[in-house]
Amino acid sequence: MSTPEIRVRDLHKSFGDNQVLKGIDLEIGQGEVVCVIGPSGSGKSTLLRCVNLLEEPTGGQVFVGGTEVTDPDVDIDAVRRRIGMVFQQFNLFPHLSVTGNLTLPQRRVLRRDKAEAARVAAENLARVGLADKADAFPASLSGGQQQRVAIARALAMGPDVMLFDEPTSALDPELVGDVLAVMRMLADEGMTMMVVTHEMTFAREVADRVVFMDGGVIVEDGTPAQVIGNPSHERTRHFLSRLLDPAMADVEEETPGAEDARE
Amino acid sequence: MSEPGTPLQPRRTGLSRSRKRQISRGVQYAVFAAVVIALAVTADWGRLKNQFFQWDLVKQMFPDVITLALKNTVLYTTFGFVVGLVLGIVLALMRLSSVGPYRWVAGVYIEIFRGLPALLIFIFVGVAVPLAFPGTEIPGGTYGKVAIALGTVGAAYMAETFRAGIQAVPKGQMEAARSLGFSHARAMVSIVVPQAFRIIVPPLTNELVTLFKDSSLVLFLGVTLEERELSKYGRDLASETANSTPILVAGLCYLLVTIPLGFLARRLEDKRKGADK
Repeated sequence: MSTPEIRVRDLHKSFGDNQVLKGIDLEIGQGEVVCVIGPSGSGKSTLLRCVNLLEEPTGGQVFVGGTEVTDPDVDIDAVRRRIGMVFQQFNLFPHLSVTGNLTLPQRRVLRRDKAEAARVAAENLARVGLADKADAFPASLSGGQQQRVAIARALAMGPDVMLFDEPTSALDPELVGDVLAVMRMLADEGMTMMVVTHEMTFAREVADRVVFMDGGVIVEDGTPAQVIGNPSHERTRHFLSRLLDPAMADVEEETPGAEDARE
Repeated sequence: MSEPGTPLQPRRTGLSRSRKRQISRGVQYAVFAAVVIALAVTADWGRLKNQFFQWDLVKQMFPDVITLALKNTVLYTTFGFVVGLVLGIVLALMRLSSVGPYRWVAGVYIEIFRGLPALLIFIFVGVAVPLAFPGTEIPGGTYGKVAIALGTVGAAYMAETFRAGIQAVPKGQMEAARSLGFSHARAMVSIVVPQAFRIIVPPLTNELVTLFKDSSLVLFLGVTLEERELSKYGRDLASETANSTPILVAGLCYLLVTIPLGFLARRLEDKRKGADK
């Protein structure tokens, strides 16, 4: 394999005394789809946010496409143009129309002219199946539609890598499928993707690799068949059993510090 | 547990719930009616009419009360508001800056000017500054002085409004913009400030109402006949004629502007709340 698109080396991150990432090593090759799973508070979202430096790591290095993101002298805005990010809460710009959400970043950041930006916007809205919503405002869209617009907005910047931070967790169950379909399409087109998710079916069917995190470390890293189908660690088995069949879970003692690190 | 006859069953008091409510309402109406009647009987209506509703005096005030007094009040307010707006934005940005001394200076300014009576600022600008720096001429004469006095006070409040507005924009908006490659400054200008602006329009309208009323403090600057605004105009005419009618008319002129503005602020606020859903 050529040089990995994303390389994380001995990454540490603390919020005050709370150590969220305790030495993460991870490589994601070009065109690879990697799903990161794990209980809340395991640090998976923090890891993802460290990749485009929305969180500043306390230690370690992150490389994206050969550029060191964690280098203090790097032009972070230039690096981020190559990394698309999709958030749990969509984060569309509510004061702009759907088209405005897609064109403003292109015009302000990439300096594309009006016509070019509009063309790219229309193209990407069509890709996510929302060409007819071009003039709508985010507030009038369903959660699933908003998330697809958010994906289109990231794609309009022409990224080499896409990061997804629990993209379907804030959606009503019946809307999850539309968003996953778009993500599957991207994966089939060969996009390099890092996806933090609880959607095990998606991980099993679309991901090239599944990474299981717990307590700020990577516990298991392998193909979906290995990690989800035949986990070798007790912690993975325990997590998966609770996730796949929550009705059968036992009452557990609360472990201190297990609550989500952010929020 | 709750079978009839057990000791846990609530004891019945003499009055039902609806009966109690009826009595409470009745008492409140009775008190209101008693006060209104007492006022109507004790007031000296003839004298009140004489003091406050001299119709020929009212007629005599027009059109000057509008074309001169109200016009000047509006002008003073506008100048003060513009100065306050510009200074307020600068202060808010300083307050949110990552450079310590900026934050510190802005914080001290805001605390001082929110803590002082507006009247004191007018006296300071009108009296203390000319005394301390003889020969200095504030550009624009009275208009300049008022703009500075109202602006310095208004800026302190507006700075806090701007800061609250900027901080009320969800953090995810800045994160989304940054992850698309916006620099911090550009994200602020293109994404955060336009949203903050919608949030602050209602409180800013209220600030405009406050400045409109505070413009009456021009009274203490000493103004020429042509520079009189509503309060000064009303007071001068009241002492000239030894009658309170001009004060009442001046007051109505204030309400003519402040009530619609307050109404507008509430409408904008409701609209914004509706849009958030």
